[in-house]
Amino acid sequence: MEALFASAVGVLTAAGIFLILRRRTFPVILGLSLLTYAVNAFLFATGRLALNAPPVLNKYKEVAYTDPLPQALVLTAIVISFGMTAVIVMIALSAYLSSKTDHIDLPLAEEAGEDE
Amino acid sequence: MNHWIIAPIVLPAILAPFIIMVLRHHLDLQRVFSVAGSVGLLAIAATLLAQASTGEIQTYELGNWPAPFGIVLVLDRLSALMVGLTAMLALPVVLYAIGSGWDTRGQHFHALFQFQLMGVTGAFLTGDAFNLFVFFEVLLIASYGLMTHGGGAVRLKAGVQYVTFNLLGSTLFLFALGTLYAVTGTLNMADLAVRVAEIPPEDTALLRVGAVLLLLVFAIKAAVLPLHFWLPASYANAPLPVAALFAIMTKVGAYSILRVYTLIFGPNVDATEGLVGDWLLPAAMLTLAVGAIGILGARQIGRLAAFGAIASMGTLLIAVSLFTPDATAAALYYTAHSTFAAALLFLIADMVMERRGGAIIPQSPMAQTGLIASIFFVSAIAMAGMPPLSGFVGKLLVMDAARHVENYATIWAVILGGSFVTIVGLARAGSLIFWKSHDPAYVQAEVVDEEPEEAPAPAAPEPYPGLAFASVFVLVAGLAALTIFAGPATKYTGGIAAQLFAPQDYITAVLKGEKE
Repeated sequence: MEALFASAVGVLTAAGIFLILRRRTFPVILGLSLLTYAVNAFLFATGRLALNAPPVLNKYKEVAYTDPLPQALVLTAIVISFGMTAVIVMIALSAYLSSKTDHIDLPLAEEAGEDE
Repeated sequence: MNHWIIAPIVLPAILAPFIIMVLRHHLDLQRVFSVAGSVGLLAIAATLLAQASTGEIQTYELGNWPAPFGIVLVLDRLSALMVGLTAMLALPVVLYAIGSGWDTRGQHFHALFQFQLMGVTGAFLTGDAFNLFVFFEVLLIASYGLMTHGGGAVRLKAGVQYVTFNLLGSTLFLFALGTLYAVTGTLNMADLAVRVAEIPPEDTALLRVGAVLLLLVFAIKAAVLPLHFWLPASYANAPLPVAALFAIMTKVGAYSILRVYTLIFGPNVDATEGLVGDWLLPAAMLTLAVGAIGILGARQIGRLAAFGAIASMGTLLIAVSLFTPDATAAALYYTAHSTFAAALLFLIADMVMERRGGAIIPQSPMAQTGLIASIFFVSAIAMAGMPPLSGFVGKLLVMDAARHVENYATIWAVILGGSFVTIVGLARAGSLIFWKSHDPAYVQAEVVDEEPEEAPAPAAPEPYPGLAFASVFVLVAGLAALTIFAGPATKYTGGIAAQLFAPQDYITAVLKGEKE
């Protein structure tokens, strides 16, 4: 299971980085989403992988349990990354609508602020 | 428990939603509350500074959960200083934004401004690594709104780049935290410090990976070469008063480096000994060099100010990367100086930009050119580190602290060379913008020579020009005070450095001796 999980995280990260290096905003945003999926899964695994174990201690008998903290961390990370994706989609949309192009890079003259 | 510690986070956290939900249609009331909030933050910061100056480290346990199980806020001298700097910067910037009318060019400026303050002060006060991530996100999401405030095609495109870069940084931050948690099983900074010291040296490969990943994240925030590429385009295209506030954001990166690599991966930890300093020092020197060259090459005053910010981060991080008490004290003095100097330069750049456009070429003189030119002169002196202002004192302290280092000759050469190039660059920009503009022959010749410059868009009238100038003078006064009271200031930063290099006190204060 560990090998499968690790390679899934690796593939997601690789695909995310590949997409982030594209020139248009849509693939870049998709790449960011893939990266956040990868990091969420990675965070989840930092408490070690366990099957069929509740994230609580049982005070009556010794049972296997899984670390609850990474689950809380992942929840926070998911909420934040979801919000951030919404923000970047909105900013990218308004950039696209106001400049009529969805290229991610600034034209050189504009980058130097010479049209201002 | 001392409830003052959470006040700098709670005050803007309450004020910002209040501004959005209750005052959204009343700009005047928004301004009143935003200024009042900034004054209140200043008062709270002064209280915290007074409390921290005794040298006692106080903690605030959220929900009364004892550390390391709950999140703690920690007030030590360093946190108090940084919160103080934030408050001292926020007030002039918000006054300038009101005075220059920037807050009328889009919606929700004041609410976003308060959220930004909440994130910054939270990042300075928290004692938990994951909570640090959360406050980074709070300050970033507010900064996305502020950066694209006012809209415009170029600004929005620059905003997309800025957001993408920072989302990548956040992802990296999570990877780093996950790695550290997997190795140590905790994310409380004091607890991390204890656990990291206990790990046998042969099992520390993953730990070192985590430490370096974390350094990369903070280096992105602090705009260290080669991770500085986001800064010039974003700051130069952001509303420049917002860029002035962002002068504290790069300091958040520097603060985090200082905190994490003295407390958790301190100089005494075998696993990461020398790891950070060895990488950071050359990177910081390159940052200074690139910043200085960027100042020389800038063709637009916003970019000039942005590269000025990069250069001052370079000097600051050279001092940080030495990791000795003397150098850290110098770095902290320079932090205060560089925050004010960079903010001042951005505000001046905004004044120039509003009146004549940002290009560094001779044009017909603008309104109030004499006054603006003299403030530009002052800010250039401060930024380049010439006497009599605090930049000179700061650079002197940094160089003095580097005197005992093995390769001090290189460090001195870089700092002095960087200052020289900075002086030339600022002098060139200043004379082109302010002096040559008064030379009719020169202006004529230039106009014939070049494409006729598109007339700058008719600037929105400045509602309160007096207020804008007053806020700039507040920053100048801050720099002057930092110079005049350099003695007490260095004594205070010396106290901070002493506290930072005795992390045992911090650990005991947070964990209440349970781990001893």
